[in-house]
Amino acid sequence: MSPLNDDKDSITSSFYLTKQTSFRIAMKQRIGVYICHCGGNISDYVDVEQLSKLIANEDNVVISKDVMFACSDSTQKDMVQDINDQKLDAIVVASCTPKLHTHTFRNVAIRAGLNPYNYTQVNVREQCSWAHSDKPMDATIKAYGLIRAGINRVKYSEALENIEITAQKAVGVIGAGISGMRAAVDLARMGNHVYLIEKEANVGGRVAESGKLFMTGENGKDVIDRLYKRIKEIPEITVFTNANLDKVSGSIGDFTLEVSVKDEALKLNVGAVLVTTGFDFYQPKEGEYGYKLSDNVITLQQFNKLIETSNDKLVYNGNAIKSVAYIYCVGSRQSKGENKYCSRQCCSAAIHSSLNVHEKFSGVKAFHLYRDIRTYGKQELLYTESSRKGDIYIKYEEKEPPAVEVKNNKTVITVKDYLTYKKELSFDVDLVVLVTGMVPRSDSNDISSKLKIPTGSDRFFNEIHPKLKPVETVIKGVYIGGTCQGPKNITESVQSSLAAASKINTILRKGTLELEPIVARVNAETCLWCEKCAAVCEYDAIKPIESNGKMIAQVNTSTCVGCGICGPVCPSNSIEIVQFTDNEIESMIDGFMEKAEINTKQDSQENEISSGKQIKLNGFPKIWREIASALDDKTLTIPQLSEQLGVESNVLTWHLMTMNRYGVVEPAGLDEDEAYYMYKLKK
Amino acid sequence: METQEFKPRILVFSTDKISDPGIDQAGLRKIHYSPSVYTISIPCSSGIKPRWILHAFEQGFDGVFIAADGTECSYSSKCSEHTNSIIVEAQKIMKERNINTKRIRMAAICSVCAEPFVNHISTFSKILQDLGSIKNEIAEHKAPSLS
Repeated sequence: MSPLNDDKDSITSSFYLTKQTSFRIAMKQRIGVYICHCGGNISDYVDVEQLSKLIANEDNVVISKDVMFACSDSTQKDMVQDINDQKLDAIVVASCTPKLHTHTFRNVAIRAGLNPYNYTQVNVREQCSWAHSDKPMDATIKAYGLIRAGINRVKYSEALENIEITAQKAVGVIGAGISGMRAAVDLARMGNHVYLIEKEANVGGRVAESGKLFMTGENGKDVIDRLYKRIKEIPEITVFTNANLDKVSGSIGDFTLEVSVKDEALKLNVGAVLVTTGFDFYQPKEGEYGYKLSDNVITLQQFNKLIETSNDKLVYNGNAIKSVAYIYCVGSRQSKGENKYCSRQCCSAAIHSSLNVHEKFSGVKAFHLYRDIRTYGKQELLYTESSRKGDIYIKYEEKEPPAVEVKNNKTVITVKDYLTYKKELSFDVDLVVLVTGMVPRSDSNDISSKLKIPTGSDRFFNEIHPKLKPVETVIKGVYIGGTCQGPKNITESVQSSLAAASKINTILRKGTLELEPIVARVNAETCLWCEKCAAVCEYDAIKPIESNGKMIAQVNTSTCVGCGICGPVCPSNSIEIVQFTDNEIESMIDGFMEKAEINTKQDSQENEISSGKQIKLNGFPKIWREIASALDDKTLTIPQLSEQLGVESNVLTWHLMTMNRYGVVEPAGLDEDEAYYMYKLKK
Repeated sequence: METQEFKPRILVFSTDKISDPGIDQAGLRKIHYSPSVYTISIPCSSGIKPRWILHAFEQGFDGVFIAADGTECSYSSKCSEHTNSIIVEAQKIMKERNINTKRIRMAAICSVCAEPFVNHISTFSKILQDLGSIKNEIAEHKAPSLS
């Protein structure tokens, strides 16, 4: 259902265009602008000197400078001094992507006594000089627009205070499998009280059910027993089994978990929550590779139990097993089905089971019907070992999967061998083992709705960013570890839950924590509490409150994630995200469109290569041409070049090393004092 | 100085956690695209107000491209749905003002989607080139200004 079209109140389009009127703020009057050369990464394509002169004429701009490296210590010191001397009330830094140095320059502002949110970062490297290095002139024009937009935006910037809250030094860990148990130990050792909440009667989850584990050869149950013994010795860990998580309220630093243990209802006060609820094994459908149609088709988990419990001979249903066919990727990598992902651990698990069979029983033949073998990392040794034992590997493709049929009381497999001209093979085996993948737990919807953790298209819990924030969720204070996030083996599960444990400790350690104030806010004058914002908010951050005799929306700043979904659905435009206000966004658009009078001097430089030396440096940075023309027939050291060109020596060092690698210059021995290398042009 | 070839100006709304890194990567790998493309980053494409889109057209942008997170959005599993209804709403207003609704386009751009981004932009540029400058449409039908 669309939140925008669902309007019973016959809202016309003009409502969506009403300008936000409240929150009038004083425009910034004294702005400092710093445009970075990035040692040539920007200035080779964008004419930063010309831009800084142009920008100096802008209204409200007090200082406009081009700097070699904006992030260098010396430039940072200059900025602090400028802010103080010139009484700047806002700064704009035009350099690289905000992902790299936002905190650097926010800290510059803080050191100078300026509010860190009165600074705007403009990306003129990744989104300008590099992206348009083919068209330096156009890149310069675009950079001008980008910087203008940054100045416009910073004019509307508001001084914001971080939201400070007290944090309970206690953590709720949901799920006492190996990930949760191991994380609980570390969290407790770091000085937090841990409530380890387990739904089942016993701790240990899937690992406790496993037999021999691959690589170490230990028994899963032994590993869990050892870990549980350790947990029982730590007084800071309270374990609840047979426990159900009923309700979660509160927010980061101060959650209340309502948990029922048998008939007892408990309220646990925690600062953060770690979710380690694990996975379910994929259950093959009836008839999938003969499952449930033939008694001789079982899952890998059933097979592992059989290996464990059989002695001397491998016997199933009273029949001796002399041949086993493993069918891989059952319930995984379904290009047309629900589970598009690879379950990571099943190739290794199946091969490991096959090796266990060889170790315990003799004379069992193994056929592995696989799509691709993914025994990554050290697990490759399992594959090597299994091949050496004579296991037969047959590659099939998803579009032509193996068929399992019962003919004359025999379980017959028919498969096209993709590595032998799709030759059709047909053979009978005593047992078919379905190598099933991992799926999200059947109760994961319940957990995700209570904790409001978003799930991905694979229905596993979603992290904020797979590389940069791999254990954080968008819910502040709620972290994920282990296989509730997606398929992992035991090692990877424990790695991720320990990463989450240390992340949790960093936020709870101080006892207080600061949140970024990028949240929604409501215009009390115009808000009519139509509930549309609350209806789309997935974080329960908006509740009604009475104000001046009418109901209006109120935002809980510690649960609001600042996504802005509430903004476009408001018929009276009464809710907005700070730093993304109409004024800020629309003034940026205006800034992009300002016409620039840029001189086209750059093109002429392309041809002025020094004194007849036929070095084609057109495609290379401008500074290379300058170095080449300075060297000419001479040999010079870096300090000499630095003086001659007026370029910092560390920048020159970097470029000379690169030029040396490209065969433009070469070293020419040491200077008289044997202090510096001399460089000359390579003939 | 207008040159003979019409280069459409495109405003991109991209998300700071997912699409931005994808667009940054196009720059990092020097996969070139039109320099008349300008990007504004926002937390989530579900937060784009239709009035911002209209403002862009009024200021002379020939097209608006929404680089959405699609199913990767970390805020909402219904992100595409929300973003889509914003586009529908914006298109309603565009129709009222005789602005061609093809001037707005959405695609999911992931954090490593450098090539897809550049491809989308070049396809979109071609569409906009055929439509011509926004100025013609805005001039034909003088709409009351915003605010």
